[in-house]
Amino acid sequence: MRYERPTTLKAAAQMLAKEKGQAFILAGGTDLLVRLRTGFIEPDLIVDIKGINGSKAIQKTATGFKIGAAVSGAELGEHAALKKAWPGVVEAANLIGSKQVQGRCTMSGNLCNASPAADSVPALVAAAAKAVIVGPKGKRTVAVEEIPVGPGKTSLKKGEIIESIVLPKRPPKSGDAYLRFIPRTEMDIAVVGVGVNVTLDGKGIVTKARVALGAVAPTVRLVPAAAKALIGTKMDKAALDAMAAACSAACSPIDDKRGTRDFRIKVAGVLARRAALIARKRAGGK
Amino acid sequence: MPLDNAPDSKRKYNVVGTRPLRPDGIDKVTGRAKFGADATAPGQLVGRILRSPHAHAKIRSIDTSKAEKLAGVKAVITRDDFPDHTDGDSGLYDTMYNIMAREKALYEGHAVAAVAATTPAIARQALKLIKVDYEVLPHVTDVDDAMKSNAPVLNNKMFTDGVDPKPKKASNVARRFEFGHGDVEAGFKRADIIVERSFKTEATHQGYIEPHAALASMSPDGSAELWCCTQGHYMVRDVCARILGIDISRLRVTQSEIGGGFGGKTTVFIEPVALALSRKANRPVKVVMTRDEVFKATGPTSATSMDIKIGVTKDGLITAADGTFRYTGGPFAGCSPAEFGAMSAFAQFHLDNVRAIGYDVLCNRPKTISYRAPGAPMANFAVESVIEELAHKLGMAPIDFRIKNAAREGTRSSYGPVYGQIGLGATLEAAKNHPHFKAPLGPNQGRGMAAGFWFNFGGQSCVSLNIPIDGTITVSVGSPDIGGSRASMCMMVAEELGIGYDQVRAIIADTSSLGHNDVTDGSRTTFATGMACILAARDAIKKLCARAAATWGIPEDAVTWEKGYAKPAGANAGNFQPLSLKEIAAASPGTGGPIAGHHEYSADGAGVSFATHICDIEIDQETGASKIVRYTVIQDAGKAVHPSYVEGQFQGGAVQGIGWALNEEYIYGKDGRLQNAGFLDYRIPVCSDLPMIDTMILEIPNPGHPYGVRGVGETSIVPPLAAIANAVAAATGVRFTQLPMSPPRILKGIEDAKASGAKKAA
Ligand SMILES: Cc1cc2nc3c(=O)[nH]c(=O)nc-3n(C[C@H](O)[C@H](O)[C@H](O)COP(=O)(O)OP(=O)(O)OC[C@H]3O[C@@H](n4cnc5c(N)ncnc54)[C@H](O)[C@@H]3O)c2cc1C
Repeated sequence: MRYERPTTLKAAAQMLAKEKGQAFILAGGTDLLVRLRTGFIEPDLIVDIKGINGSKAIQKTATGFKIGAAVSGAELGEHAALKKAWPGVVEAANLIGSKQVQGRCTMSGNLCNASPAADSVPALVAAAAKAVIVGPKGKRTVAVEEIPVGPGKTSLKKGEIIESIVLPKRPPKSGDAYLRFIPRTEMDIAVVGVGVNVTLDGKGIVTKARVALGAVAPTVRLVPAAAKALIGTKMDKAALDAMAAACSAACSPIDDKRGTRDFRIKVAGVLARRAALIARKRAGGK
Repeated sequence: MPLDNAPDSKRKYNVVGTRPLRPDGIDKVTGRAKFGADATAPGQLVGRILRSPHAHAKIRSIDTSKAEKLAGVKAVITRDDFPDHTDGDSGLYDTMYNIMAREKALYEGHAVAAVAATTPAIARQALKLIKVDYEVLPHVTDVDDAMKSNAPVLNNKMFTDGVDPKPKKASNVARRFEFGHGDVEAGFKRADIIVERSFKTEATHQGYIEPHAALASMSPDGSAELWCCTQGHYMVRDVCARILGIDISRLRVTQSEIGGGFGGKTTVFIEPVALALSRKANRPVKVVMTRDEVFKATGPTSATSMDIKIGVTKDGLITAADGTFRYTGGPFAGCSPAEFGAMSAFAQFHLDNVRAIGYDVLCNRPKTISYRAPGAPMANFAVESVIEELAHKLGMAPIDFRIKNAAREGTRSSYGPVYGQIGLGATLEAAKNHPHFKAPLGPNQGRGMAAGFWFNFGGQSCVSLNIPIDGTITVSVGSPDIGGSRASMCMMVAEELGIGYDQVRAIIADTSSLGHNDVTDGSRTTFATGMACILAARDAIKKLCARAAATWGIPEDAVTWEKGYAKPAGANAGNFQPLSLKEIAAASPGTGGPIAGHHEYSADGAGVSFATHICDIEIDQETGASKIVRYTVIQDAGKAVHPSYVEGQFQGGAVQGIGWALNEEYIYGKDGRLQNAGFLDYRIPVCSDLPMIDTMILEIPNPGHPYGVRGVGETSIVPPLAAIANAVAAATGVRFTQLPMSPPRILKGIEDAKASGAKKAA
């Protein structure tokens, strides 16, 4: 097994593209190293992206925020401007693991690990975040929900690396929130996760909304019907009920060791309602 | 024990009852402490075990030839490397069968072969090259299914014991137990109210943080050394030597620091395998289990199915109690704690008519091994749930109902013996008067309580106490320290000698240094090994006094020992300046050589233990999530030698019980494979899940110990399951009869109750 720590994306992409055996990108390593140690994977090449210029930067740009692929959860949590603009995204990323894991884990890694239960992903999808991808053939930008295609599988091609995650600029009176259900209080994996992102008008009526669910289907799911139920309302009980019902209807979970199908469907609605109310409050609504 | 051991109630203690720093603390927090996996030997190999992917399968053949040819592989072993030396001892045979499968693999994770290689990668590759030809058989993991007449039978030579006449048809029921007295049927006839309920609990694992680890080195002359983490290295020595067919005295076992055991490290798993690999490879071999292996192949406790029926009169007197307790034991007979479950189930009550029937049941799960008060928590869950329901039906406060029917001095216990002085009533009264009991509850919160019992145990201990020339003391004990016992041993020795705690240090000696010591289990160590320390100290005092007597030229019985000094016993003995321990020790080379104290015995009089727990829980009625908001443990310790450790035992047991009640469970797929063999999906509580567990130590002296000590390590895990179930029932209006009460189960119970309009059992 070879370990490389290139300083440019181009070099990293080339190493990955050239490798004939099993090659893996290493960001925080909190998924990769676990799989390595338990013998799930036997890599021939590991390319660490933490040494790449700019990979650990959070930039505020004219169009929003650009978050380098190696930025850790803890670094996100310490960035006041980002936290103010996207409290839901940051709280989702900060839920990952524990203090120790936070020092390492990245949102890009969370996304590319492609677990349906990944915590930051529903919040990123609700935020309409985009992933900037660099590969042997150049750069492309896609919506984050297009990256995971099934449990453990992504749409990235050989040699492609996520360079950064881009969060759009926010209109005034916007707020987002993420809630997950776990049987314990930490160090657990989401049984259901819900990200809600809303924008209100001067009267407190929802003008834009995005709702995304985690752990209730093979990939994180954007639920347009849930958003539609909120838009044009002040999030009264009827609107919240309709949104919760849309969330439950969008679930296609399985019965497994982490929860029953029925449980996930019910709790998806309950958490969506609670997350929507938090998002509304953060947007300055009542 | 002789009567002169009875506690002196007027005795004033100097060291016992204080809270000195633990002697192993610095090493543990700095990482210097050596745990099982920290042992190394020159030229050591990596040992790895191949395990059955099937829950039940005949092993037709094992082809190891390819693995043996792989460069770097130094030994491959299978069942053929364990010829049967067990000489008709069926328990030992089963232990051997468990560490390496023979005709059949009996559960997923059952060891079928092992390799020793120069690197982990080669060892892993070698395992892949071993070809096992399995004939997959039907399997059974559920206890009720295993008892059905059409169940796949694990052992076709097993005919239920304890049934008259003995059945002619083989089954999975290894044995039937029955305990009790009086006439249960007549008792139920006199009852005004009867509650009858069935319960189920899932298997839980002891969940120690340190996986099993062993380093074995066996030389061609047949002598061997073994370093491992265990609760009983003498047991490891005896069992390994007998399985390998070598003289017991040829094998020297050294116990490492232990990262938790809770009963799970009271048998062998990898130790004989490491020795057999070392014997074949002629090199030291280290085997360290992964967490996955720990879950799949070491002992969880039993899964159970239980029926309880209790009758009471209108004024709240129990007229009869009846229970059936079915416990999984894994694939071998005599491994489930069904007997302890049936014995302990009703032990906290004064009953005229009681019957408890236990069944030890085989199934395709790993071999059950002790877990803290083995068998008692589940039985207590079932019984104390019914007790709470009866109290509600009677319109009586549950605490008053329990006090009214509590066992007391002179009560004939449900398992036979008549109680002497016991602390149950005191714990119940203390609970009733505790501020927790009267504190207001918030919305969606409920309060529950339960009382529990554990037997405690004495057993064999051997202790040596050595006094070097500076008068400091080394105590060598053979009981692994799993809960801070080294500190308690030092304290008791210091108390006897009348010196400071800092002058005494205890070590856990290897098996060649002392006589036999039983496993640290049954809450026995502070009681039994502690009493041996006291008696060894008294032996040393006798010798110290003899040296002083010789120095002064007076008879030995004219010298007494007081606060660390030898003194003339009275004015008649003569007028001599008292001699300190230090002075006598310094002079010892010239007064007869080294001074040491010893004691070896088998201790009786352990003294039973009772506890009452109070729990407040909050339930999120929309998600079924639960949060323990307040928890109090009240337990009789007899005499708390080191109160902080006693509190730690109370808290630790409560927390393990909380995990068992709420989230921990073995989850099996239809294929008989364990679905959650890791700490991500086998959910033990994390710190943020818990409030500070409040404790209250009561001291009702045990007449069988010079200071009145009772074991405290196990009772604390007995009441939590029921206390929590009773709290959940109070918070939701729904009685849950199946564990764990995980959020999906609680939510379903709440929704079902809503749907049916009535508060029915979930
Ligand atoms: C104790 C513990 C607790 C955890 N708790 C949680 C939790 O609560 N919630 C949760 O969602 N997850 C949890 N996880 C999983 C893990 O921490 C997260 O998924 C984390 O975000 C992964 O980020 P990472 O940078 O460590 O990824 P890595 O392990 O470095 O990589 C993960 C995967 O993504 C690929 N990858 C990484 N970066 C890129 C990139 N820039 N471009 C393309 N591919 C890339 C890697 O090749 C690998 O396949 C936990 C893990 C542990 C060990």
